[in-house]
Amino acid sequence: MKVTSFHFMPYRELPDDFPKGLDSAWVDAPWWEYGDANKVSDFYNWSIDELMLAARLGFDGIGTNEHHQNPYGFMCNPNLFGAILAKMTRDQGLDDVALVQLGATLAATSPPIRIAEEYAVLDCISGGRLVAGVPLGLGCDANISYGITPMDQRARWREAIDLMLKAWTAKEFFAWNGKHFQLPKVNLWPRPVQDPHPPLLVPGAASASTWDYCHERDLPYAYLSYFGGKSAHNVMDRFWERAAAKGKDANPYRASFLQLVGVAETDRQAEEEYAKHVEYFYHKLLHQPTYQIAPPGYSDYKSLLHVLKAGKDLLQFSDLSIELKPLKAKDMIANEFVVIGSPATVRDKLEAMAKRLNVGHLMVVLQFGSMPHHVANKNIELFGREVLPHLQNIWEDQAFENAWWPKKLRNRRVKPREMAIA
Amino acid sequence: MAQPVTKTIPIRHCSFEAKVKTAGDGPPLVYLHPAAGPIWDDFVEGLADRYTVYAPHHPGTGETQRESIHSVDSLWDLVLIYEEIFNALGLHGVPVIGTSFGGMMACELAAHRPELISKMVLLDPIGLWRDDAPVAPYMVMSPEKLVATLYKDLSSEPVKKVLQMPEDPDAAATLIADIVWALGATGKFVWPIPDKGLKKRMHRIKAKALIVWGEDDALVSSVYANEFAARIADSQVEIIKDCGHVPQVERLEILRPLVANFLAA
Repeated sequence: MKVTSFHFMPYRELPDDFPKGLDSAWVDAPWWEYGDANKVSDFYNWSIDELMLAARLGFDGIGTNEHHQNPYGFMCNPNLFGAILAKMTRDQGLDDVALVQLGATLAATSPPIRIAEEYAVLDCISGGRLVAGVPLGLGCDANISYGITPMDQRARWREAIDLMLKAWTAKEFFAWNGKHFQLPKVNLWPRPVQDPHPPLLVPGAASASTWDYCHERDLPYAYLSYFGGKSAHNVMDRFWERAAAKGKDANPYRASFLQLVGVAETDRQAEEEYAKHVEYFYHKLLHQPTYQIAPPGYSDYKSLLHVLKAGKDLLQFSDLSIELKPLKAKDMIANEFVVIGSPATVRDKLEAMAKRLNVGHLMVVLQFGSMPHHVANKNIELFGREVLPHLQNIWEDQAFENAWWPKKLRNRRVKPREMAIA
Repeated sequence: MAQPVTKTIPIRHCSFEAKVKTAGDGPPLVYLHPAAGPIWDDFVEGLADRYTVYAPHHPGTGETQRESIHSVDSLWDLVLIYEEIFNALGLHGVPVIGTSFGGMMACELAAHRPELISKMVLLDPIGLWRDDAPVAPYMVMSPEKLVATLYKDLSSEPVKKVLQMPEDPDAAATLIADIVWALGATGKFVWPIPDKGLKKRMHRIKAKALIVWGEDDALVSSVYANEFAARIADSQVEIIKDCGHVPQVERLEILRPLVANFLAA
């Protein structure tokens, strides 16, 4: 299994009474009341350092993403951070770690070849280590923060991916006369190192039309859920059913899963250490109503009807602004929204989850919520030394080819790195 | 009471298959529905007593194909579709009533083809923008906040009746999906700010207009009544007291004679 250390870059020091009176932590939280640029200076730098620590510990990938106008995570352009990481990993001899950009929002970037260019830059600087995430973008980001018409978003996204792929690979000048984008002459400089282009990765939140899109194009899917492996059974089972229906095999590398993880010496210590950061994440940062995640027109009609009719059978939690508040950290740990425990506990739970969901890529979030830098470092280091090597062996004994990872890194055998961790 | 029937009209523009609900046998009158999709309520039914009411369904809503909205790329396309519907039905110089989003569409059509519309009743229309009185972001609100923004008094009987959901869970899910999709399909032409240049086109309108506003409209403030009136040469404003965004539900007893007198004059 390929394990990526993923970072949201949250605002770590919101007041205890946040989000009092706010409909949402997204878009609605006033910077002038809650934001402090000097603190954010530390948050950005710590986040980069935490990802670099993961790279030194031998993680297969390090990951960043794009969100806007919120304290949950505000790497407004993940490629700013990807560029730093590409250069630092290369300079430090860590050029076997993938840069998982999950990713820049094509549908909200105009023209989207800007992302094609930036991704190509990252692939060049890193020497072919880019995984090119192509998120649809949340409604709060793309529609509200960036003004994209919800009804157009999926079509813009599909068109932008087609444009990016052609811009990366065409050996001729071309004009792009699309429905959403028009460009008179495309001749992209630079192009990616990876030939024909970096692997794509499609993140999603249980939309059936996104699964079909992946299967029809043989693209991998990353299920981004905060409700852990158990609640993902339903969704991932349907993902694999759709794969079979579309004639795709059950190669686990078609799928990624994201998981918040906290490791300490014992289960009890882990609970004590991480409980407040878990609650901060779910109660403050995830305080978000459904209408912001998917404004009218954002979900296609079929998916909308499917979700409304299946209701809680499909997704137990939909309105995060209400439903998460009664839950305490111990409930979330018991329900495995978060995997918290000793190295042995975490190893066992993550292995069982990976096998049950049949996922070949795991993205772990080791700094979440209010977790301070020194605690994040400890978590990353314990995970990296005690859990990671075990997880990396999963699926290795099977004959699945991972066609969705940078070619030069596919057969990387991880050796424990000998180094001093500051 | 004549049962409404739905006419299917193949439209050349965007290959859209239009659906127009119609009832009555008097002179023609067009009703353009609000953002949440087609309605056939007491107000519209009452109009059918005296007129032949034609109520087109916006692309993607009502009885039209849900995906048809994806063929309608711009407001320009949408206006041309309405023009073609009018032509297909032989509607020329007819009165039009438009509610909210439908009011905006009435203005757009009246500006594009002034001779098609003789009189317009605009019920709390959207389509203009003032920074000091922003139109409420009705597409990104909780259902509870949305209904509180639409209606002045949620405890009034007509409002309670409108808000009643079907008991069957599947029927309720379908109704919600249809409303959400209709908001998205109409929202395609007004997102993120419902100010798409109508103010520049309104000087072309020849129709005589009755502009009706709920005094306490929390979705689009009644200060907009005069914004519309100032741009339509032959217009009059009626403000209804104790009324929110939807006079045809909240104050039907006041609205009915206002509209009847205006249309009869």
